[in-house]
Amino acid sequence: MTKEMTCIICPRGCALKVEVDGGKITVTGNSCKKGFQYALEECTNPTRTVTSSVRVENREDTMVSVKTAKPIPKEKIFEVMQKIREKSVCAPVRIGDVIIKDVFGTDIIATKNII
Amino acid sequence: MIEHDIVVIGGGPAGMAAAVAAYDSGAHDVCILEREETLGGILKQCIHNGFGLHKLGRELTGPEYAAVYAEKVAERGIRVYTETMVTNLSPERVVTAQSTKGILKIKAKAVVLSMGCRERPRGALNTAGTRPAGVYSAGTAQKLMNCEGYLVGKRVVILGSGDIGLIMARRMSLEGAKVEAVCELMPYSGGLKRNIVQCLEDFNIPLYLSTTVAEIHGKDRVEGVTVAKVDENRNILESTKRYIPCDTLLLSVGLIPENELTKSAGITMDRVTGGALVDENRETETAGIFACGNVLQVHDLVDYVSDEAEIAGRGAANFVLRGKRCGQTIKTKAGSGVRYVLPQRVNADEEEEVALFLRVTQPFSKVKYTVSSGDRVLMTAMRLKAAPGEMEKLILKPEKFKSAASEITVSLEVMQ
Ligand SMILES: Cc1cc2nc3c(=O)[nH]c(=O)nc-3n(C[C@H](O)[C@H](O)[C@H](O)COP(=O)(O)OP(=O)(O)OC[C@H]3O[C@@H](n4cnc5c(N)ncnc54)[C@H](O)[C@@H]3O)c2cc1C
Ligand code: SF4
Repeated sequence: MTKEMTCIICPRGCALKVEVDGGKITVTGNSCKKGFQYALEECTNPTRTVTSSVRVENREDTMVSVKTAKPIPKEKIFEVMQKIREKSVCAPVRIGDVIIKDVFGTDIIATKNII
Repeated sequence: MIEHDIVVIGGGPAGMAAAVAAYDSGAHDVCILEREETLGGILKQCIHNGFGLHKLGRELTGPEYAAVYAEKVAERGIRVYTETMVTNLSPERVVTAQSTKGILKIKAKAVVLSMGCRERPRGALNTAGTRPAGVYSAGTAQKLMNCEGYLVGKRVVILGSGDIGLIMARRMSLEGAKVEAVCELMPYSGGLKRNIVQCLEDFNIPLYLSTTVAEIHGKDRVEGVTVAKVDENRNILESTKRYIPCDTLLLSVGLIPENELTKSAGITMDRVTGGALVDENRETETAGIFACGNVLQVHDLVDYVSDEAEIAGRGAANFVLRGKRCGQTIKTKAGSGVRYVLPQRVNADEEEEVALFLRVTQPFSKVKYTVSSGDRVLMTAMRLKAAPGEMEKLILKPEKFKSAASEITVSLEVMQ
């Protein structure tokens, strides 16, 4: 079976051709080895990094941006968003601070410094 | 009047990288003027990931990428004037700015322009209908959403499939809004393929090509839009008109380099890029004034913005430390299939290799680029695809352009 897909790891967006022959996967069109990894995962267990923002209670009209420290399974995106939406924090917040622990095997961490 | 060796106008990713590179090239008296409260520019609102993979070897979000450079600026003790809006620049490099403390006048030996770009407003469009609330530029909606936590609507149509429009389609879907459609006037999307996959396909959002918003409906608030297909001359096809109910219309219809200061200083502009004409060091045709980032050409990759800004920063430092270069220059020209080439001129005595950045006129699969001077071919390069939304980069070795006549042309040929 041959599948065509676009590598979404970086903005170069290489057009990948993925051949699945039994358990063996061959990938062409990738410019770097990350593309191979992407194709492999997209065929077996597609994942995405989720980014959003969380309200900062003690700062007016301020949000702190957050992300999943590692990609999570694609079908869990909306469950993760629900957890993020229910959360708020107090400044100061530093990049890398854990905002929510243990969400589908990873943490939600801050991506902005709010002093 | 105060004096600084180098004044950088704008503290986005371009300004920060330029200041750091100038400092590292030995020009330590460099400062950044930024109208907002903090450094970072547009990256502060681009909270999605995908920045820095090529430049930093890590995949970061916009604010994280900005923080990496803000730290480099701080480590070097580079002076940053925030809440300082530059209002005038003279060709003699006197910079006038309005700050919270009053008017600031700085005499600089070199200036780096890095003011970024702004979104094309609705006025630039000719949509019929009323003028209700609920029409936003995609970037404004992005800022409201990501920095202030305000969701602009629940049922959305997006006009324009540039990256900001695509990113916002996903962002609004994640926040529970229903994105009914993304309409694109052109027969192809101007956004990165990866954004079409992860922002539209992941969320089952339809993308309608050769389609525009013909009419906006609603009195106080948007109630719906009429969309229609267009023919090859972009005329609306009446029979294809259809109504889509929605409470919000987002416009992502292009970016314009913010060049009011550049123009008022009398710097020669390029009509195609909307930025200044520059040489390989990103020096404009006005001596000692350099430009980089989105104010020079609209970039889709922040990694390239940082690269370009480092070139400008080093160029400014060399100008301050070693003075002006004079000598022959070679013009670069866009040939068939190529919309523009930047830099627009190259110093013939340049010792380093020169990266030519270019954009193509329309999407192509498998192309061959040829860089030539008269009848002589200087170099060729093959690519599996080319798209107007993706900037291409060709590296020209010094021995190649040194052998060129007064002009070099980059053209494209479609391969079978
Ligand atoms: C709304 C929007 C969304 C984007 N989203 C993405 C994305 O998702 N991914 C991506 O790779 N790229 C994105 N881009 C492109 C992105 O802008 C560039 O990659 C990069 O941020 C450009 O950097 P810059 O420093 O040239 O400009 P900017 O980031 O715009 O920085 C310019 C800075 O100059 C300051 N300034 C302007 N005029 C003055 C003045 N007169 N005085 C003082 N300061 C001034 C501004 O306040 C700003 O801080 C987006 C662009 C826009 C407009
Ligand atoms: S294969 Fe490598 S270069 Fe190509 S899009 Fe994926 S990560 Fe980027």
